[in-house]
Amino acid sequence: MTTADAPPTPRRFAPRARAAAALQQQGALITLVLVLLLVFGALRYGSDFATGFNLQSVLADDAKYALVALGMTFVIMTGGIDLSVGSVAALGGVVAAQQSSHGFFVGTMAGVLAGAAVGLVNAFFVTRLRLQPFIVTLATLLAVRGLALHLADVKGISADSSSNFQGLASWMLLGLPVSALVVILLYLIGEGVLRWTPFGRQVLAVGGNEDAARLMGLRVDAVKAAVYVLSGALAGLAGAFLCAQTGSVATGAGKGWELSAIAAVVVGGTLLTGGVGSVLATGVGVGLLQLLFNLITFENGEHVITISHYWEDVIRGAFLLVVVLLQVRIVRRRQRRVTS
Amino acid sequence: MSDEVLTPSAPPVAPVPTAHRRPSWQRLTQRYGALAVLVVLFVYNAVQTPFFLTFQSLVNNQLRQAAPVGIVALGMALVIATGGIDLSVGSVAAIAGQLGALVLVDGSSAYLAWGAALGVALLCGLFNGVLIARYGVQPIIATLILFIAGRGIAQLITGGNLQDFDDPLFQFFGLGRTAGLPAQIGVWFLVAVGMAAVMRWTTFGRYVVAVGGNETSSRLAGVPVARTKMLVYATSAVLAGLVGLIAVGVNSSSDANNVGLGLELDAIAAVAVAGVPLTGGRMTVIGTVIGAITLKLLQNTLIAHGIPLEIAQMIEGAVILAALYVQRSER
Repeated sequence: MTTADAPPTPRRFAPRARAAAALQQQGALITLVLVLLLVFGALRYGSDFATGFNLQSVLADDAKYALVALGMTFVIMTGGIDLSVGSVAALGGVVAAQQSSHGFFVGTMAGVLAGAAVGLVNAFFVTRLRLQPFIVTLATLLAVRGLALHLADVKGISADSSSNFQGLASWMLLGLPVSALVVILLYLIGEGVLRWTPFGRQVLAVGGNEDAARLMGLRVDAVKAAVYVLSGALAGLAGAFLCAQTGSVATGAGKGWELSAIAAVVVGGTLLTGGVGSVLATGVGVGLLQLLFNLITFENGEHVITISHYWEDVIRGAFLLVVVLLQVRIVRRRQRRVTS
Repeated sequence: MSDEVLTPSAPPVAPVPTAHRRPSWQRLTQRYGALAVLVVLFVYNAVQTPFFLTFQSLVNNQLRQAAPVGIVALGMALVIATGGIDLSVGSVAAIAGQLGALVLVDGSSAYLAWGAALGVALLCGLFNGVLIARYGVQPIIATLILFIAGRGIAQLITGGNLQDFDDPLFQFFGLGRTAGLPAQIGVWFLVAVGMAAVMRWTTFGRYVVAVGGNETSSRLAGVPVARTKMLVYATSAVLAGLVGLIAVGVNSSSDANNVGLGLELDAIAAVAVAGVPLTGGRMTVIGTVIGAITLKLLQNTLIAHGIPLEIAQMIEGAVILAALYVQRSER
């Protein structure tokens, strides 16, 4: 976000290089944690946990959160933030449901386009009118939720079950749910775009130092506009996926997704100040946060201890806390190494 | 503007916004934009809404309903003035309300219940403050932790159950009246006056704005940045705790699932409508109060005139954006 938060200490040398290195370290660390949790789950809960079915359903469930987090990663890397994604997902879901009689492709595309349109509105206010992304997307969070409710006549909306729209819930390819494959593909493309295309470098440049990027002749506004449209489109797609998988969109759909997405991005090590980030690490972050819930479900199934589902949020918050403190530690240790 | 018109025969039309006049026009809208919207809404309601100009409607409905958001918005304005943000206020309100009710239902006195509620809120604020001031965690992330975990904690306090109670003293903040006014308006007024005094006459008030203006140079100039931030987040959390007490008092029961839900967004919106930039360095107490009243009056006006809630939400979003647009800084 733009509350130009000063670095922890004023004495920092080459902060971006150090942050990038810290990010690598953190990426490796959280991947390790993810693997350890998977091994723990497999050992403790046996074959039920390790079956293809459980992993498939976790992957399919995570797809929508992962899509939202992917767009959020790009926005955050430019130093912005997109709070509207939860409402946009609801809008995307409603629009997709309304077009669902035309089949999967048309329905999904309608959701994506609706989301991209909201992204364009965000982009207009952020780049043309130079308003702060945090508050612009807060306003669209309100307005788009209202629009989604209005379109759905203030009640849940169901998808057409006669077309192939709801096939997404059952389609499999190579033993994996198609929704998960789409997400994996998009993450690989996202990482590739970030690492190897001019656009990716420009995103990082804008987030690293917007003024310098502008002076270098980069089209800063175009880059920023692109990430908001991308975020909106992906949120719309997430809504369409939600609708296709569950067959309906409830009035409260997507509430709080923006904050889960931000949490996943932070767990992945992308700095909220912008300029440094990794797409794949965000994917690992999403997987990690969702796997925690899967483990809780299984632990409850063991009937040794019962963990109330109220604990889920507490555990998620505690997890975020641990990651944030680790991040601070890594950055500080590196600082000491550089200064000594 | 009129003093620039030298010839008395100049036509009394709206002046063309020339280069040197534009900034002053902008400063005017920046300063009085929220107030202007409030006046327009007030006049419209006075003409169009039946029984709007009655004590019952103005004080018991509009002002009383604006009080919770208004109180939290004052703490939020303080946090935002330091360049931070506090997303945890809604969850903190839920924790405080839930714990206060639990202590009361457990058979303790109302004072002890108040103390427990405000005490736990203070702890939450210190938690945020330590993360931000000591560990240098970004405010949005640091307060996101309690935002997520806090509601779960509030629900765990009683396993998600509602707690009903009937204790006039404990519910004073929600239902009590002093001098014919609902207590929450009085609380709001006191908090606003206190905060205005602190901002105007204490070094702490200067520090808050200095930290938000330029943190590094403040630190070099000897401003205790860490302590200032700690205090700011503690204040915000305690005010949120107070609102938690108001909410459970009004309902005569504590509901961890709903107390303070969306409070952070309303408070941030009120501060934004007041024209306080989210980048920090500026603070206006009276503006924040006007912002909260404007926002609530807007919501109530739309509802009173039969606009469905979802359309009202869209209009609210548009008004926030419009308020931001006219108040945007000249940079």
